[in-house]
Amino acid sequence: MGSVAAGFLGSLTGLGGGVVIVPMLTLLLNVNIRYAVGASLVSVIATSSGAAAAYVKEGFTNIRIAMFLELATTFGALGGAVLATRAPAAAIAVVFGIVLLHSAVVSMRAPPDRPWEGPPDKWSAFLRLDSGYPGRDGYVPYRVVNIPAGFSLMFVAGVLSGLLGIGSGAVKVLAMDRAMRVPFKVSTTTSNFMIGVTAAASAGVYLNRGYIDPGLAMPVMLGVLMGSLIGARILAGAKTKALRITFAVVILALGAEMIYSGLAGKL
Amino acid sequence: MARPTQPGQSRFQNVLGNLLRAGVSLAAAVVLIGGGLYLFRHGDEPFAYEIFRGEPTDLRSIPGIIHSAWALSGRGIIQLGLLLLIATPVARVMFSVGAFAAEKDWKYVVVTVIVLAVLIYSILSGGV
Repeated sequence: MGSVAAGFLGSLTGLGGGVVIVPMLTLLLNVNIRYAVGASLVSVIATSSGAAAAYVKEGFTNIRIAMFLELATTFGALGGAVLATRAPAAAIAVVFGIVLLHSAVVSMRAPPDRPWEGPPDKWSAFLRLDSGYPGRDGYVPYRVVNIPAGFSLMFVAGVLSGLLGIGSGAVKVLAMDRAMRVPFKVSTTTSNFMIGVTAAASAGVYLNRGYIDPGLAMPVMLGVLMGSLIGARILAGAKTKALRITFAVVILALGAEMIYSGLAGKL
Repeated sequence: MARPTQPGQSRFQNVLGNLLRAGVSLAAAVVLIGGGLYLFRHGDEPFAYEIFRGEPTDLRSIPGIIHSAWALSGRGIIQLGLLLLIATPVARVMFSVGAFAAEKDWKYVVVTVIVLAVLIYSILSGGV
């Protein structure tokens, strides 16, 4: 079963399994993109919930930000999944390719990690989104801003997640790190926490439309879950910069191949 | 400086973390059992996923999946495990409704209930 290997590799990237699993299944193993997207989405729920379990206990995850932004991502994911059932496979492949290219670019640039020093945001105050996290020298408070912009970007992230069966980590980085100025550790763990709920919103649609095949989803889910356990250990000691560039190049290539295959009508 | 609150602070987070871990572990165990059964019976058949046909109806709906898992079909048991996996975040949201209500944080009770409604709608109706 080649998809076990795909699972291992996917989790090692740290970019979330989906981004690698769908191209692997469709390009290498000739799996129809609709089955690939279904299997990928399931594995995304598994890894994100598994990782979120650990993060949430450490106190980095901002549960209010997560709940509020899940309003945007779940509606988006529901819409994206319905769109996926209507859209032709070639169109899905091309959009997937574009998202891969974008992810590669985002992953090469490290997100800014300067805290917001300006005045508190009125939306953030109303929703009580400002919080703090355990830092090296004790409790670090932070403020979040640009809530409407972050919320809109999160809706886009939800649509892409539902359409392509991925966690859309790259768009979430844009929304939380860049727009809302959430500190890096908080944004990574909070977006991870949100992925499970976002993906569950589209998984319901996928299940009802027969996109989730047990024979395919089983090895992918178990493989990714195992891979993420091992991957987390390996990544802890690895040179992350070299790794990040390598994966960015791999994803760039996969993205180009997806767009080409989509346009050439090979999927 | 007063700490801005996370709901219920650490106890809430611990329960939440355990809930997620238990859900994923249970789902993975069920998928593993179903997968073993499926491979044992059908492991030598070639797979054919090039053309999208869609799953049969008994692997698409909650009653259908439970019925087929009850009949000890390998595919049915795997699908039941996947259903448990999808239910894990839903359970997390349900739990959050209760936690925000216990804090009397009504804004977030509303937010959480809306998210829960979207999830349930998606799973029951398939977004039609």
